Amino acid sequence: MIKITTSDRYNITPLRSLMTNVFSLAAGLVVISIIFLVAGVNPLYAISEIFMGSFGSFYGFKETVTKAIPLILIGAGLTLAFRAKFWNIGAEGQLLMGAIFSTWTGLTFGNILPSYLIVPLIFFAGFLGGALWGIIPAILKIKYSINEVISTLMLNYICAEFLTMLIVGPWKGNTRFGFPGTNNLPEAAILGVIPGSRIHYATLILSIVCAIILCVVIYKTRFGYETRVVGENPDAGKYAGIDFLKTSVILMAVSGGLAGFAGVGEIAGIHHYLGYPASVSSGYGFTAIIVAWLAKLNPLYAIVSGIFFAGILVGGDAIQISLGLPAATVEIVNGTLLIFLIMGDYFLNHKLSIRFSSKSKG
Amino acid sequence: MKKIQRLEMKDICKSFHGIHANKDINLYVKSGEILGLLGENGAGKTTLMNILYGLYQPDSGQIEVNGSPIRINSPVESITHGIGMVHQHFMLVQNHSVLENIALGYKDTPFFFPKIQLRKRVEEFSKQFDFKMDLDQKVWQLSAGEQQRIEIIKALLNGADLLILDEPTSVLTPLEIKELISILRQMKAEGHMIIFISHKLDEIMDICDRVTVLQKGQIVGHADTADTDKKSLARMMVGRDVVFNIEKETLAQGKKVLSVQNIHVMGDKGMPAVKGVSFELFENEIFGVAGVAGNGQRELAEAITGIRKINSGTVVMNEKDITNKSPRHIYDNGVAHVPEERIRFGIAPGLFLYDNAILKQHHLKKFSKRYFLKYSQVKDHTKTIVKDFQVATHSIHNQIRNLSGGNIQKLILGREISEQPRLLVASHPTYGLDVGATQFLREHLLALRKQGSSVLLFSEDLEEIFELCDRVAVIFGGEFMGILNSDDKRLSDIGLMMAGSKETETQTSNHAI
Repeated sequence: MIKITTSDRYNITPLRSLMTNVFSLAAGLVVISIIFLVAGVNPLYAISEIFMGSFGSFYGFKETVTKAIPLILIGAGLTLAFRAKFWNIGAEGQLLMGAIFSTWTGLTFGNILPSYLIVPLIFFAGFLGGALWGIIPAILKIKYSINEVISTLMLNYICAEFLTMLIVGPWKGNTRFGFPGTNNLPEAAILGVIPGSRIHYATLILSIVCAIILCVVIYKTRFGYETRVVGENPDAGKYAGIDFLKTSVILMAVSGGLAGFAGVGEIAGIHHYLGYPASVSSGYGFTAIIVAWLAKLNPLYAIVSGIFFAGILVGGDAIQISLGLPAATVEIVNGTLLIFLIMGDYFLNHKLSIRFSSKSKG
Repeated sequence: MKKIQRLEMKDICKSFHGIHANKDINLYVKSGEILGLLGENGAGKTTLMNILYGLYQPDSGQIEVNGSPIRINSPVESITHGIGMVHQHFMLVQNHSVLENIALGYKDTPFFFPKIQLRKRVEEFSKQFDFKMDLDQKVWQLSAGEQQRIEIIKALLNGADLLILDEPTSVLTPLEIKELISILRQMKAEGHMIIFISHKLDEIMDICDRVTVLQKGQIVGHADTADTDKKSLARMMVGRDVVFNIEKETLAQGKKVLSVQNIHVMGDKGMPAVKGVSFELFENEIFGVAGVAGNGQRELAEAITGIRKINSGTVVMNEKDITNKSPRHIYDNGVAHVPEERIRFGIAPGLFLYDNAILKQHHLKKFSKRYFLKYSQVKDHTKTIVKDFQVATHSIHNQIRNLSGGNIQKLILGREISEQPRLLVASHPTYGLDVGATQFLREHLLALRKQGSSVLLFSEDLEEIFELCDRVAVIFGGEFMGILNSDDKRLSDIGLMMAGSKETETQTSNHAI
């Protein structure tokens, strides 16, 4: 009889942590290869296509950076929430709410205010939208013990449907020839891009600055300390006199607000109008969960893992075109990688020992 | 399944977090015999029995039944081997009847109409052992002793030849203990074998045939109860002579620090746990609360320190009302707290030592400036605690979960004492500590007293209470049975009071209100 037992592992070195992640990703790619094989595609070719499409060409890399912007913003925000073991699955909705707030602000004030006023204003509005949408589950959790996974997940749908209602109804633009969607934002409210690309640099800089600030917040401030204590042991948090409501509301305001920033970037930097939810965000709120996880809940690492997963998104588009695979393929890739990363985390924290012994009687 | 005639544990080792909980344990028990397992808190008794019951797997060593080795991978397997266990905390469904609870764990419970068929069997069994109980009563209506009897019936019905009892008397009243003993004697007469875990010498001497003594996870001695006495067992158990010698200066009582007036507090299950407790605490004083565990001590401590809600009554600290204030507010008013469940409340296990060293103090000016923590001060502070309190760790950049329970406790104590609290609420502060650390800690409590603070000490250890306290209250069923001065002649009655008899004389020599 083979008996497998686990015990806790202590003193995890950074090298072991890094290697575990590398092996997890590699193991995930093996499983993805099997999926490609089943789909009748040469897995090596498909995987190289993904990375060539995203990092191997100048065009591809520009797209990768563009898609990394929302992933870094949301991913960094999620590291803070996940630190406190607040499982925010609602970043997608928070992004959309940020998009709604910023679109309204842009359309309303874009023609009155100069660019240097309207741009900060739409970012502020986007942050506010995301933050408000993020605070709701925080209050529900602390005041009424409603599980945040359920509430944040459900608020995604509410926000998506609300957005759809706006663009087919009251906000439908008169320049859209009857198609759903708002009018384009006024010129003043549109973000500049690096010439020859879609990289809206203001948001890119913002995302990196936010990641750095968050890193300082988590490791150097009282608030970050309280967040970590609450996440490690809520009872100790209570004993230490930490105000759970205040802590949760602030961290969800920040987490949601950064998702709101991402929404602003997508609207004012890329689309220039508010369209269907699926066109505003290609699932960034969900992909960012993996970004945060791969970053080991460190916002600085979220910059790297954000770029990595943006690459997979772009590469996924590339194999859709070159191999004719369905759009869902990239989601399979993402999901598989997440599962392997989480499994890797388990083996990082636990030691496994396998014992062989003769089968016991009885 | 053959009946167990002899069960033996050979060279059992088990460690947690790199600390030995059990090391090279060898013991045996024969049918018709009661083996006592004696040891202080944290000596490894429960771990050893959990290995026998299949809850833990030993790191090495083996268990033999009738001379042949067996593996026990889960409690289900241990039951099929004929091993039953009655845990310290009963595993019963409170809202179900006695019979339903028995049916729940019974392996031959029929799928249809379980109650009707089982009732007959249980009634036969009850008659055999002279149990008197109403099978249709709900468990929550029963006393601890009756609940324990259900657990024993469950184990016997499942064909247990070996019954493990983990501190069975800790929740019982003296009368119930007598009943339990007679049940155990009868089981013994019928050829069952029993392992009886306890740290109470009297019971061990009274019930057991042989006794095995554990200390810090290792066996330090075996003895037949017929050829030994309490004194030598006690010496074996603690590895020293039992009498401590701590100098306690006589200090004049100072100003009033804390005043608790008629407070009522609910327990975890929504039942009243503290029922109208009142007392006052003064400077230069250690006030002890003695009592059997689970009589409201934890709830009282948590209520005073703000973790648990007070339903009625007031708590006044330094003439400020702190009733139901937040734990931080209460801390800022000078109340430090060494919690009973130190791992649950006292630390954030994945964070570093220095993060944990400021768990309640991070908001103080000393450690934070506006929004930022002053990590260099924090680290210096941690180093001081580690040095002064002899916390064994290779570095302060060490996750606190890597430390042993005793070292964690030292860090918590250091943290709570270092800020010179006006009042320290300490629940079982020496629980699980070794002799040296215990001595060291008691000296710290006395030093705190000398500096003009007061200490509210909850302890089950009467020796500790007598040695340190100026006044002692005895708690039973959430009420104070009485408050005695340490020079009071009636201190010898404390045992009676712990079992629920109220102080009879008028309260002249104490400060009870």
